[in-house]
Formats: sequence, C-alpha cells, structure tokens
Amino acid sequence: MTYAKPDVPQVAWADTSIVVDFLQQTWAVARIELIKMFRDPTELLSRAVQPILWLVIFGQVFSRVRGIPTGNLSYLAFMTPGILAQSVLFVAIFYGISIIWERDLGIVHKMLVSPAQRASFVYGKAASAGFRAMVQTCIIYTVASALRIELRWNLFAILGVLLAAVLGAAVFATFSFIIACLVKSRERFMGIGQLMTMPLFFASNAIYPLILMPNWLKYVATMNPLTYLVDALRGLMIQNGQSLHTMPVDFAVIAGTFVLLGLIAAKLFPTLVQ
Amino acid sequence: MNASNQSDAASLEAGNSATPPSTGLAIETFELTRRFGDLTALDHLNLQVAYGTIFGLLGPNGAGKSTTIKMLATLLEPTSGTAKVAGFDIRTSPAEVRRRIGYVPQLVSADGALTGWENLDFSGRLYGLHGAERKSRIEEALRFVNLSDSAKKLVKTYSGGMIRRLEIAQAMLHRPVVLILDEPTVGLDPVARRSVWERLLELRRAYGMTMLISTHGMDEADELCDELAILHRGKMATVGNPAKLKESVGPAATLDDVFAHYSGGSIQEGGSYRDVRQARRSASRLG
Repeated sequence: MTYAKPDVPQVAWADTSIVVDFLQQTWAVARIELIKMFRDPTELLSRAVQPILWLVIFGQVFSRVRGIPTGNLSYLAFMTPGILAQSVLFVAIFYGISIIWERDLGIVHKMLVSPAQRASFVYGKAASAGFRAMVQTCIIYTVASALRIELRWNLFAILGVLLAAVLGAAVFATFSFIIACLVKSRERFMGIGQLMTMPLFFASNAIYPLILMPNWLKYVATMNPLTYLVDALRGLMIQNGQSLHTMPVDFAVIAGTFVLLGLIAAKLFPTLVQ
Repeated sequence: MNASNQSDAASLEAGNSATPPSTGLAIETFELTRRFGDLTALDHLNLQVAYGTIFGLLGPNGAGKSTTIKMLATLLEPTSGTAKVAGFDIRTSPAEVRRRIGYVPQLVSADGALTGWENLDFSGRLYGLHGAERKSRIEEALRFVNLSDSAKKLVKTYSGGMIRRLEIAQAMLHRPVVLILDEPTVGLDPVARRSVWERLLELRRAYGMTMLISTHGMDEADELCDELAILHRGKMATVGNPAKLKESVGPAATLDDVFAHYSGGSIQEGGSYRDVRQARRSASRLG
C-alpha cells in the first residue's frame, strides 16, 4: 500500500502579511473569550459587587477621617479612581488560572501546534481582560455618580479613562500569564495570586496618597505599575483631579510595561506544555 | 519528491540546507534525543514513515512515545538530533512544520464552553482560513465526522466519542500532510473507538494523510496501523508491520506477545504517578 505525497489544497500562506495575520489571530483568541463571557455573564456581574462595597462602605467611613491629605478633593473623589484601578487589577490578575486550566485540558497544546504567532495568544487574552476592565469602568461611573462624586463628563477624559483601564488590565493579565507559565499548577497559582494582589494594591496610591508613606514604601510604590494607573485615572476621571507624574509619563510607563511583559509572556508560553 | 509544494520551494530549500537531505518521507528522525535532567526520555531515535502510512508507536508508559510525539509536533525541542516532518526540519523551520501537521493531543483539546462550530471556527482562524472558505471547510469537516446536527450544541454536552471526532475535524480543517494523534481512543467505548478508526481510515483514503499514532491498544495497533514501532526505555525495540512482528516472535503469536517480548513486561505495570493521573483524568473527561 503506497501513497504519493498528497497534492491537497493548502492554505495560501504567502498571501497575507505578518501584521494582518497577527491581528486576526489575536482577534480569534479575544473573540472566544468574549463569547464565553457573554454566554455566562454571572461572573461579569458579580465582579461589580466588590467596588460597590469599597465605595459605599469603606469610602463612606473613611471620608469621616479628616487626616488623609487629599488636596482639594473629597476623600471619596480621591479614592474613586483608586477603586477603579483596584477592580482593573482584580479582574485581570487571575487570568493565569484560565490559562492553566486550558493547559490541563489540551487547549494550549492545540494553540501551540498551530502556526499562529505566540504573542497573539498573550495579546488576545490581554484584550479580553481589557474588555472586562471597560465593564468595570461603566459600573464604577454609575456607582460614583449615584454617590454624587464629581466626575468629569468630558468625552476625551472618559476615553482616556477607558484607555488607561484597558492598558492597565492588559498589564496585569499579562503579568498573571507569566506567573501561570512559571508555576504551571492551579493550586500554586491561587496561593501566589492571593499573595500578589494585596501588596500591589496597598503599595500604591489607590486609597491614600504617596506622601503618607514611609520612604521605603514610597520607593516600592514608584515601582508599582498600579500607582501610574491610579495616577492617570485620578487626573482624568475626577473634577479638579491632578496627576502627580503627568499623563505622558503615566501612559508611557503602563504601555511600556505591557509591551515588555507581553514579550516575556510570549517567550514563556511554549514552556507551559513541556 | 515534495513537488507539490512549489510555492514553498524557497523555504523548503532553506530548510534542507540546514539538515540532512530529505528522502521524501513524511516523517524522518535523525538520532532524535531528549533528556529531562538525568533522565533520557528518548535516546537517538531513527524513525522513517512513508507518505500515506498509518504508523503506530507502542511502548510501556515512560518509553518515550509522548516525548517523540511532542517533539514531532514542535511542542518540545530536542536535546540533540533532529527530525523532518512533511519535508521540514522541526528545529530550523518549526513554523513550516506547524502549517503542515494536525495534532490531536491525548488531553481534551476541544473547549467545552464553546459549541462545536465555534471550536472549529477558532481553529480555522488560527490557521489563516478566511470567510467563505473557512465556512465551507467547517461544514465539510462537520459532515465528515458526522457532527453536522450537533454543531450548535456546547461541546460539554457531547459524548467522549463525539469530542474525539470533533477534535479530528479540528485537526483536518487545514488539510495537514501529517496527522499526529496521541492515544486517540483512550477512554472510549468499543463502538466509539471503531467510529474513530473508521474516520481516520477515511481521512487517509480521501486526503492521503499520513498518520502517527501513539497507542496502548493492541487491537488498535493491529487493525489500524500499517507499521508499528515498539519503544522501550527511550529506544526503538523493533519496527515492522504487525503481521511480520508477530511472525518474528513465533507461530500463532499475538501482538500482546510481541509487545511483551520487546518491552520485557506487560503494559499494566510501570508508569509514573503523573502518567497514571493523566491517563485517568483524560479517560474520565472523555466519559
């Protein structure tokens, strides 16, 4: 029984450019994440609870503490961008779990034997985390306006907030992706995930300004990408809100971190199945 | 040889210059070796698979089957040696290899939270299939594996056999030259196993696909495979077609006897905790 090498129609690979391929593959990955998200929106909705609790309970109580120097802002107005940044962090930081889950099945194997570029899986997941961040942004705008916090209803400011939230989610989802590639098991990831979120949150300017921090913590906070996300959001979201580092610096740090982490994640991704 | 890939002639030559000359085989390994720390999982394997062959890899757990398959599917880099799949070197041109192979892992690779159609659509997009062509190939693949009626159902409602057939449909969308299957029927009931075999044979008949299959099933090796290699402790213990292997061991020998002769024991023993756990887990997932 001998067969010649089959003369079957192959995909016309040479016809498309690398960039177009990359964008289409990234969209393919983000697309299935979105399909799954909308098929079962319970998670999307339950994610709304935590920021509401922070604003309504923690925020109300801490606005009575007059000792936190928030400049010309009320404490609630000061912390609202911080809570948005926190929700962005929380929706993104456990993305690694789903990647480990997909590895324990054979879905990651299926992706890695395909000719799609490795980075497209990382950026596709990051894009879907960005979408979750947009949903969180809408929820927090709704709650904040119900609490009569003075938001800036300026189109460019809102677009800026959305961009910052999406980039922030991309940073933390990609960071999570890297951790997943390193630990490779759900149990270990859960432990490390819990261990990471609180320090990231508290070693930032989310709910108190940097000037309150002891020097060593200030140093840690300036290394924390969440600080720059909060800073950008504070400058864009709130009336009279001011960004400490200026917008270009904030966005450059967030975007730069994303690109750097994305490259590392794409490099590590194939080791998940070895 | 390899004349059908004229559009890839340039890259084919590039692939050839870095490795021994191609002999026109679908799969060829050259002293392929993989070590994990002190453990040599695969030890200088030389394997030749002609186009159109259904080639079975047999061996006890830990013999090196999965390592071989992972390397040929470009998921794992060799420690030394190399291999050519569909004419391309897995070390120097892994991207070219990926375009020409389909891979069905032992684990479940279909996404239970998506429908059958959505799973195929995702694969199609990853392989650069567009618009109407993607749609028609998905429809054709669904018909081929008899899943057209279940295409809009979530895969988590599928039976084990349906999931395997869907995975075969996924792996055939881009018409691979070589299809690599890691224990394709593990955990399936006899009827489902037969329907998988029958689809694989039909796939070869219709598209001339070459298949590399790792298996623990002696009946699978006997009925499905044209040629078998038995691996033992990372080395090739023997290779040949099932009838010849049986003859070589003795009159009225079964494939089980051949296996026991070359691997020094039965497949029931051996295997690490991890192997056992993985096999059981995928078996239970497949229902």
